[in-house]
Amino acid sequence: MSKKTSASAVSPSDPGTGQTDYAGAPINASLSADQKIGLFRLMVRIRRFEERSLRAYQAKKIGGFLHLYIGQEAVAVGCCSLMGKNDHVITAYRDHGHAIAVGMELNPLMAELYGKVTGCSKGKGGSMHFFDPSRNYWGGHGIVGGQVPLGAGLAYGLKYQGLKGACMTFMGDGAVNQGSVHEAYNLAALWDLPVVFVIENNGYSMGTSQARSSAGELAKRAEAYGMAWGTCDGHDLYEVRAFMAKYLEAARTKSKPAVVEIRTYRYRGHSVADPDNTYRAKTEIEEYRNTKDPIQVFQNKLLAEKVLDQAVVEKIDGEARAEADVSADFAEASPFPTVEDIQKDVYWESDNPAERKSGGRLFFN
Amino acid sequence: MPVIQYREAIRQALAEELNRDANVVVLGEEVGQFHGAYKVTEGLLEKFGPKRIVDTPISEAGFIGMGIGASMLGVRPVIELMFWSFYSVAFDQILNNAANVRYMSGGQIHCPIVIRGPANGGTNVGATHSHTPENVLANHPGVKVVVPATPYDAKGLLKSAIRDNDPVMFLENTILYGDKGEVPAEDYLIPLGKADVKREGTDLTIVSYGRPVILSLAAAHLLQQEHNISVEVVDLRSIRPLDIDTVLASVRKTHRVLIVEEQKPFCGVGAQLAYMIQSEAFDELDAPIARLCTIDAPSIYSPPVETEQLPNPQRILKAVIEVLD
Repeated sequence: MSKKTSASAVSPSDPGTGQTDYAGAPINASLSADQKIGLFRLMVRIRRFEERSLRAYQAKKIGGFLHLYIGQEAVAVGCCSLMGKNDHVITAYRDHGHAIAVGMELNPLMAELYGKVTGCSKGKGGSMHFFDPSRNYWGGHGIVGGQVPLGAGLAYGLKYQGLKGACMTFMGDGAVNQGSVHEAYNLAALWDLPVVFVIENNGYSMGTSQARSSAGELAKRAEAYGMAWGTCDGHDLYEVRAFMAKYLEAARTKSKPAVVEIRTYRYRGHSVADPDNTYRAKTEIEEYRNTKDPIQVFQNKLLAEKVLDQAVVEKIDGEARAEADVSADFAEASPFPTVEDIQKDVYWESDNPAERKSGGRLFFN
Repeated sequence: MPVIQYREAIRQALAEELNRDANVVVLGEEVGQFHGAYKVTEGLLEKFGPKRIVDTPISEAGFIGMGIGASMLGVRPVIELMFWSFYSVAFDQILNNAANVRYMSGGQIHCPIVIRGPANGGTNVGATHSHTPENVLANHPGVKVVVPATPYDAKGLLKSAIRDNDPVMFLENTILYGDKGEVPAEDYLIPLGKADVKREGTDLTIVSYGRPVILSLAAAHLLQQEHNISVEVVDLRSIRPLDIDTVLASVRKTHRVLIVEEQKPFCGVGAQLAYMIQSEAFDELDAPIARLCTIDAPSIYSPPVETEQLPNPQRILKAVIEVLD
């Protein structure tokens, strides 16, 4: 891997817990056994959903792109598990993990991948465009870095309306070189917006390693904007939670933005269409899988804590596989949108004809 | 009725909507302390304070994207572009995010923003500052596009745009900012998608929008005076939604059409109009539909030549006579 190790990671501006026993951090020590099992289950459900969707893709049930989250589960689950009612999430196109982490059901997610009308976006968004505003989940955005100003805007909206919350604005390591990201950083810092920019650094922007694409340390660019920043490893759920909790709290209570980099890894290609054999060694993937797999790491911790035993692990895994299979069956059995549906959900006004104020034609076929 | 400038009409619309709805916020470069690059927002900061009137850095992708995100939570940002020409640095935010977010979310989200500012040539500022992107914008389902020509229309249309739950692109004109017209002091709305017959006539219909409406009215006056030609001028006011019915009614009356637009011709709004007119009123036409556009090149700087590149009353007059010949 071209990434730096965590030993060099903690920045001077990182408040730092000084702990390596992240399980003992207050945010984790307060978790009940059931809550810990719940977090473990979420990660397993993401993994099994992604594996099932890959099989569906290979069976040509899914079109377009499929960016899998396998290997990164602790990041979305760790971060989203910290959400209060006024906290919001927006991310890029590798968005399945966050959707499940905020509580979306698997059926509408798989149906969306299948392009079915029962999908979370009625089959109009696809893999890259999952949304659930009822769970404060604002997508699901396809253009690298394009969602980052929107995340600053969600934070602006919270502040404007006097709500104590924060927006976690996720992006990949490839997004940090987009102008929109830096514009959003500047606005967030200038106006003290309650936003935490989360760089999920999986080491590769598509097939280009960090070393080949980005100068300097990614999160450290926050210093230029006078923002707090920090880095942590993303394979230990406890660490992610302990790390993120500080920044989220500063955003919520002091309206202070931050840029954080969470180092993670994806096992699969950039998308399923990526042959993944030109830019990294198989041994690199195997090493991560064998030593840092986020599900295995957390499972081992919970086994050691005697929160889990092997039988429960197997039960959770079996249920997650079954749930993913059920979601595929649901998607398969669901109808596609109709041709008439193509022109719905374009304009609020045409979807609400009784309240339409404008005249004239909105569509031109 | 009070007679005020186009810029004052826009300012009145902003002030009335700021008063009416606490979620309305005006954002943009120099809108506050500087009083607006074209003084449209003059006095608003003093009246409404810095929470409602927000000076932004020069960062169009950033603050337009931010406005879109805030609108998803119920804020109603009215965002000023100092020039619409600067939309190109925020293209992804406007035409990927604002235009598509409702669709991609299956209708779960709406995006009630207005982006407003001048979009015109004729001020000798060269190609980078003279874009008229209404055709580009209107090519994206999900956004609405409005181009007011008069102070009265500007106020009524902007108030409707601010209350609209869809993203509205509102294209003004620096040359019109000082134009005066009658504008009611009280609250009134002009619905989007309603064209306005600005002058009645019998021999030919000019379809136009924005400043070329004013130029067309001047040409129509000369044509009546000097050539005894009676021209009807239809002001679209709104490009999307489009009031084609008013256009077609006029075509059925005059049977001849000249489309006048401050657009480059290729894939311009006039191309769509010509298609629709021939498609829906072919038998009504006594002559081919004519178009008068900006001469097809980047906007030239040279002041006297730029006047000739754009539609102007003499070019319009000549084009009308050619149709009638």
